[in-house]
Amino acid sequence: MSTQQQEPETQEPETQEAPEDPEMKGAESPQQRRLKKKQEGMVDERSEAEAEAEGETVHIKVFRYDPEVEGKQEPRFDDFYVPFEKGMTVLDAVMYARDEYDSSLTFRHSCRQAVCGSDAFFVNGSQQLGCKTQISDLEQPVRIEPLPHQEVVKDLVVDMDHFYDQMHAVEPYFKQEDLPEGELEEQRQSRENREKVKMSTRCIWCAACMSSCNIAAGDNQYLGPAAINKAYRFAMDEREDEEIKEHRLRILEQEHGVWRCQTQFSCTEVCPKDIPLTEHIQELKREAVKKNLKFW
Amino acid sequence: MSQSYNRGLIEDYGRWKEFSAGMWAWIFHKFTGWMLIGYLFTHIAVLSTAIGAAQGETVEVFAEDLPNVEGTGLTEVDIYTATLGGLEGLFIVRLLEVGLLAVAVFHILNGLRLLMVDLGIGLEAQDKSFYASLILTGVITVASVPTFLRGVGF
Ligand code: SF4
Ligand code: FES
Repeated sequence: MSTQQQEPETQEPETQEAPEDPEMKGAESPQQRRLKKKQEGMVDERSEAEAEAEGETVHIKVFRYDPEVEGKQEPRFDDFYVPFEKGMTVLDAVMYARDEYDSSLTFRHSCRQAVCGSDAFFVNGSQQLGCKTQISDLEQPVRIEPLPHQEVVKDLVVDMDHFYDQMHAVEPYFKQEDLPEGELEEQRQSRENREKVKMSTRCIWCAACMSSCNIAAGDNQYLGPAAINKAYRFAMDEREDEEIKEHRLRILEQEHGVWRCQTQFSCTEVCPKDIPLTEHIQELKREAVKKNLKFW
Repeated sequence: MSQSYNRGLIEDYGRWKEFSAGMWAWIFHKFTGWMLIGYLFTHIAVLSTAIGAAQGETVEVFAEDLPNVEGTGLTEVDIYTATLGGLEGLFIVRLLEVGLLAVAVFHILNGLRLLMVDLGIGLEAQDKSFYASLILTGVITVASVPTFLRGVGF
């Protein structure tokens, strides 16, 4: 056995197979061979269940790449045929593919309910949250790729460090220092003000917006829509002092801040939380101008 | 850490079918902007060949060749008239003029749209205003054809 990098073989039918040679990059990769076997098996198993449920399958094409496994260093797409269920999401489909066909298929996910922001993929050419996208809404075959403009670490996993750096660069935390008098006094926010920042608080740090933005792709220092939106959330919060707001605007009006935005609306289009990102960026631009304009 | 795989910029153009209205507006705005800059310099270069007109420099041309010259046969006209007449006599230049109008009109209309976007007016309708500027550009361009192509097909 020369398969030092292959994942441990846990699936039943493969165990009798000849040892897989990672060197072998023929027309059929070992994994495809395994897949085929699986699918043939699947057809039999499913046939009865399908007779009643009209057994549809979903054809997904998943981007595969792994610099540490010899057979996967050349990026490619793998085909999976996943039995369709009502209400199936893109995440459900890749999870099924991973659990039933190829346990080496790698992607991030956690909450499965659009809260954690870990499973933004490039689905059929646009950035979408896997767990929030219904398979039935998509054209088949469903092409699932890692987010563009971020470096791919493995399969659908991208390097998020840069995105997180940008998010932290805008100091995304409440900074009011003067606390109200009295021990149990709260820092109250007016209803109107809460309403104003409401949408901007919904960001789940999924990086879909950043990935969709051409400007962010070409300018690595650009803060990006999500970070600016974060800054908006605090800059517009009336509970913070005026100086703090000015400090925030100073960060934003730098060369790679709000002025990089060229209103493509790509981010607003893809944000799974429907945050009006472009609108927020534009409003901050106006705030930045107002701060610097003096009439005297 | 493993090294990671960068897919490069190909995907930017590869996904053009999925571009949304705002993205197209951005691309067209850039494109028309560059076209206008290119036109500006061509314009300067071409007109500078006729600088001598103010000093009374003249050339001899066949009046039939130039739409803006009266008479027949070899005539002496000033160099500016000859330059412009020579250009206007070419079908391709007339066609390019229509193109220039289309480019300029789109750039103006989309510029107004961007002004609205900057002022925060009607951001929800940004895609509709893009389509509107496209349609308006088309209408104005088509309407201009009889004027621009007069004498060379109309
Ligand atoms: S702004 Fe929207 S698209 Fe961007 S990271 Fe936050 S939730 Fe994701
Ligand atoms: S798995 Fe948490 S957002 Fe999709």
